[in-house]
Order: sequence, then C-alpha cells, then structure tokens
Amino acid sequence: MAFWNDRRTRGYLYQIAALGGVVLVGGILVSNTLDNLARQNIATGFGFLDREAGFGISEHLVDYSPADTYLRALCIGLLNTFRISAAGIVLCSLIGIVVGFARLAPNILVARLASVYVEITRNIPVLLQLFFWYAVVIQAFPPPAAAWEPITGVFLSNRGIAIPWPGLGAPVFEGFNFRGGAVLSPELSALLIGLSIYTSGFVAETVRGGILSVPKGQLEAARAVGLTRFQVLRFVTMPLALRAIVPPTTNQYLNLTKNSALAVAIGYPDFVSVANTTINQTGQAIEGVALIMAAYLTISLVISALMNWFNRHVALVGERS
Amino acid sequence: MNRNVLMWVAVVVVSAIGGALIQGMMEPKSTPAPNAQKSDAPKSAAAPAAPAAPGASTSATLEAVKARGNLSCGVNTGLAGFGIADSQGKWTGFDVDICRAVAAAVLGDAEKVKFTPLTTQQRFTALQSKEIDILSRNTTWTLARDTSLGLNFAAITFYDGQGFMVKKASNVTNAKSLNGATVCVQPGTTTELNLADYFRSNNMKFQPVVIESLQELTGAFVAGRCDAMTTDVSGLVSIRATQAQPNDYLVLPETISKEPLGPVVRHGDDQWFDIVKWTVFAMIEAEEKGVTSANVDQMKSSDDPAIKRLLGVTAGNGEALGLKEDWAYSIIKHVGNYGESYDRNITKQLGLGRRINALWLEGGLIYGPPVR
Ligand SMILES: N[C@@H](CCC(=O)N[C@@H](CS)C(=O)NCC(=O)O)C(=O)O
Repeated sequence: MAFWNDRRTRGYLYQIAALGGVVLVGGILVSNTLDNLARQNIATGFGFLDREAGFGISEHLVDYSPADTYLRALCIGLLNTFRISAAGIVLCSLIGIVVGFARLAPNILVARLASVYVEITRNIPVLLQLFFWYAVVIQAFPPPAAAWEPITGVFLSNRGIAIPWPGLGAPVFEGFNFRGGAVLSPELSALLIGLSIYTSGFVAETVRGGILSVPKGQLEAARAVGLTRFQVLRFVTMPLALRAIVPPTTNQYLNLTKNSALAVAIGYPDFVSVANTTINQTGQAIEGVALIMAAYLTISLVISALMNWFNRHVALVGERS
Repeated sequence: MNRNVLMWVAVVVVSAIGGALIQGMMEPKSTPAPNAQKSDAPKSAAAPAAPAAPGASTSATLEAVKARGNLSCGVNTGLAGFGIADSQGKWTGFDVDICRAVAAAVLGDAEKVKFTPLTTQQRFTALQSKEIDILSRNTTWTLARDTSLGLNFAAITFYDGQGFMVKKASNVTNAKSLNGATVCVQPGTTTELNLADYFRSNNMKFQPVVIESLQELTGAFVAGRCDAMTTDVSGLVSIRATQAQPNDYLVLPETISKEPLGPVVRHGDDQWFDIVKWTVFAMIEAEEKGVTSANVDQMKSSDDPAIKRLLGVTAGNGEALGLKEDWAYSIIKHVGNYGESYDRNITKQLGLGRRINALWLEGGLIYGPPVR
C-alpha cells in the first residue's frame, strides 16, 4: 500500500498542509500590511513601548506618573481591567444567585419582582446602563466641599466615596479633593454597578434554570430518607444544579470582562482606554489592537481555565458524593 | 467523516495558497522609496496614467474624489464655530468651510462634500485608512503626527493655545492655583499631553478624568465631576458659548501650549497635499487683495496682475495644480476668503476676535505664500 493511502499518514499530511496554509496566509497578511504601512510612512514595531507615555492616568494600583513608559501605562490599564473584572464577577454572582432563588420563591410578589428585575437588566443595552449609573453617581452626590458624612470619616461626594484605610490614614478635604484614605471613584463605582447589574440578570436566569433542571425524583428521594430542607439544598440540589450552572455562567463572566472595555465611555482607565490613547498618540493602531486582542484572549482563557477547574473539582465532586 | 472534514480543510487551504501565490506573482513588488510620489489607491483601481502633461493628474486622491463626485471630509462631532451640524443636518463652521473650499476648487461645487464626524481618537485612523480624503477638525500640527502617523499638515488655518475653563463659583482665577484639582480632558489629544507637562513642570498634582465623547466629558464637567476642563482655548470658548448659562464659566487667562490647527492629508500624494495647501493660501491671498464672495465677479476685470492670476484670468496656476483655471474663483465665490469665513463662524458665533489670527498686514500671523 502506498503511504498516501494510509489513513493516518494522510491525516497528518492534511494537518501539516492546513497548518502551513494558515502560517502562509498569516505571513502574507503581515508582510502586505507592513508594506502598506511603509508606503504611507507610518511607523511600525513595538519600540514605542519604551518611550515616555506623557499622559496622566487617574487610577493606578501601583505607582504611575506621566514620565513612565507606554509599557507601564498599559500595565496600569491591564491591572485596572483585572480589578473591575474581578470585582464585577463577584458582585454579579452574588446578585445573580439571590435573584435567581427569588424567582423561584413561593411568595408571588418576590418572584414577580425578581422577574421584572431580570427583564429590565437584561434588555437595556449595557452602555446605556453605564451612562445612567454614571449620571446618577455624579449628579446625585454633592460637591466635595459639601460632602455627606454618614459615618465619621466616610465621605460621599461627586468625587466618589472616601474612607479611612490602614496605612493611608483618614480622608481630609483639602483644596479641591479629599486627600488620604482610600477613594472609590465615581467612574469605577458606576462601571462596577452597571456591569454587575447587567450581568446579574443573565446569571439569575442561569441559576434558576440550573435549579429547575434537578429531577424532582431526586429531591423527593432525599426528603424521603429524612434530610432537612437545608440538607437537601446543600447535598442534592446544589451539586446537581451547579453542573448546569457553571458552564453558562463562565460565558457570563467572559461577557462581563469583555464589556468592561466600555469603561472608556465613562472615563475609567481600563486597558482598552489606555491602549486607545496609546494608539492615538503613537499612531500605531495595528500594534495597539494586537495588544488589546492578546490581553483579552489571555484574560478570557484564564477565566475559562479557572471555571473549568471549578467545574471539575466542585460541581462534579459534589455530584459523586 | 473525520477524513471528509480534513479533506475540505485541505481544499480550502490549497485554494487559499494558490490564490495568494497567483496574486503575489501578478503584483509587481517595488521597494517604496521614501518621499517618492506614489499612487495610494488600491492597486486594482489605479488606471495606468496616460503620459502626463506637466500638471496632469497623478493624484489618486484627486482621481477618486472626481470619480465619486464628492469630497469625503473628516470633521468634528460638534464644536460650534468649527464644525457642527444643525437640526437639518447642514454642517457649518470654520473647519467645515475648508472642506467646502477644497470641494469648490476640485469639483467646482462647494456643496459636494460628505462630512464624517470623528472623535479625537478616530480621526487619524480614518484618514490613514482612506475613509476620508482630508481631515479638517481642529487638529494640532505636531512632529509625531507629521512623521510617524504618516500625515501631512497642509497649512495652519488657526493659531490656538491650550487653556482651562472653571466654574466662576469656584473662585479660581488662574491656572497656577489648580494644584490638586480634578481636570476633564479628551483622550488622544495634544491637550492630554500638555496637561501632564504643565502640572509636572510646575510641581503640581492633578487627577485626570478622561472621556472620549466631548458631550459626555462636558456633561461631567458641568455636573461638577471636575474642577476644570481643558482643551484649545477656541474649543473652550465654543463649549462655554453653547452652555445654558455661559456666564457661570470662566476661561482662565493662561495659555499653556502652542496649538497650530489646520487641515491634514495622508503621506504619499503630493499633488493632493498641494491642492489642499493652496486652497488655504488662496483664501488668505483673497483677503489680502480684498477679493470677497460679493465682489469676486467684478474683480475678474481688475487690473491687478496678482488678482488676475488668482482668479484664473491669467492662466497657469490651475494647470500647475491639475485643476481648472477657475479653482480659486470657485473657492471665493462659493465659500469666501479667509476673513469672511472667520467672521461668519468664529467672530459671529463665538465672539472671538482675530487677534493673532489677523493678517500679517495687520500685525497677525496669517500669511500665505504668493499664489503664482
Ligand atoms: N488640538 C488638539 C485638540 C483638539 C480637540 O479634539 N479638541 C476637542 C475639544 S475642543 C474636540 O474638538 N472634541 C470634539 C470631538 O471629540 O468631537 C489636538 O489636535 O489634539
């Protein structure tokens, strides 16, 4: 038999050809693009990353000044994206679980309210929700000089919430703004509230669906062997429901992370915001967009990996036990 | 089954490779010489140019504009006096007039313009990717934009500088007392960079609030999210003029930068660059010579040789640019001279006088090379 008639060999050949094709097409695209950019005298390459950024960034978890490099500015943006995604994922899960259970509540009023919540949050475009929350945060609160102080040392104003923080001291109003303490900015607050509420509607539906997917027989059997309501929930409903909940919830977490790129609309300096500014100041759109794609791909893959791990170790173990 | 799938993949890949190879062989590879004039239209569209008479069109942009029958012009999303659309969708403004003037010079009709409103962040990509033929949108001429962004600034139409605007109620009266302030600023601007420079060099601190849409940004400033808003003084004056209570706001006296604004084109099309450049210079020369949209027809019989050349009574300029001889006549007739456009848009709408934007003859900086 000739080697090309062998199924496995042929399979390998096809795969090599496919890979080669992809590499070739990619190579042609890259070389064409570089050619065109050179023709228009547009700068290329990643050399700009070492140059001075020159612009300010309002929120940075680590030190940053305009004298730092573009690379550092982008890292600041990336950290800000991590921060909003992580906080948003936690908050949307909490709200989503509560609302999801509420939809199944025997109390009609609670169930109705929960379903109204879900319909509203899921059906209004997330960008509009962000604008709404941002307007609420900056319009409803007083200017910093007249900030509300509900608890001593905690100040609410249109500059955000300033609270005392170990190591940073207590906030005091000075000149234009509060100094000292930790500040939750209006931009971060609005983004966190907006993204979490929008996503929580979807999470709530997933939770409800997951709970409904548990076969009645299992629950009846559990009650029959004398488990309490809480024990049924803990040892039967949840483990079975989680199997149906975790995969679609992973999607929602990914959506939340990707939607966080809308931050630029309300002035939160996330990765896309910083990368866009970088693109505009350096003119290196292709490099900038490549960085954005790489960053989101990485974040998404990490979230997927974590959720898969969770699925294997929590949801399925639960089922076996 | 698996094999079938692989087979299809192979077919697709092979045809892709084949196609690419064929395309690669058909396409003459030439090394781009820096600064050489090059057609920048898509290859397939570039018709071989007939042996060129001096001044005959070799400009891909010019050809594309003529074939399309309109000029695609990138303008502001809405800045009164410079570029703004009214409720009927009609665009007016000083930057918008430059678009109209180029259309008048090239197509003989100042209305044949397609306006594309662009934010600070979108403007350069739109020009580089040929979505627009020129960008006329209060854009500052800087070294980086002129070089690494692959752009050419055709002329300076407005000499500006960056300033700050505050609420009068804040009692701030000069920029030096803004230490610690929160400042609203648009991303992707020279403004953003000057702001950081200014506070750095004066050892002051600031908190930026960076929002892409000018409308949202102004909203945040008005709501009190920021203590000050910063951009070109012309922009501040325009934003102030369009507020419900302009008198509640104060533009601080300091200007912290040079912001020479003007129309921009892409690298690689010298003839188009020339056309935009000389459109502006013709408007300046017309003002110097007292030629206006009202008297341009009488001026055709003027004895002044410079006016005769400008209006194409004495031929030559049009041919040199690859345009009709009445190119400048069209500009002045349909749009007016530099001063007319300035008065109509900036003085009348914003109450901003000529100052350094007066003609050099009157002690200002507006000076155009001779149109000859
Ligand atoms: N001249 C500066 C700033 C120009 C600029 O974009 N200014 C703002 C404020 S006046 C603007 O026009 N925004 C309107 C918009 O984004 O559409 C530059 O070229 O970077």
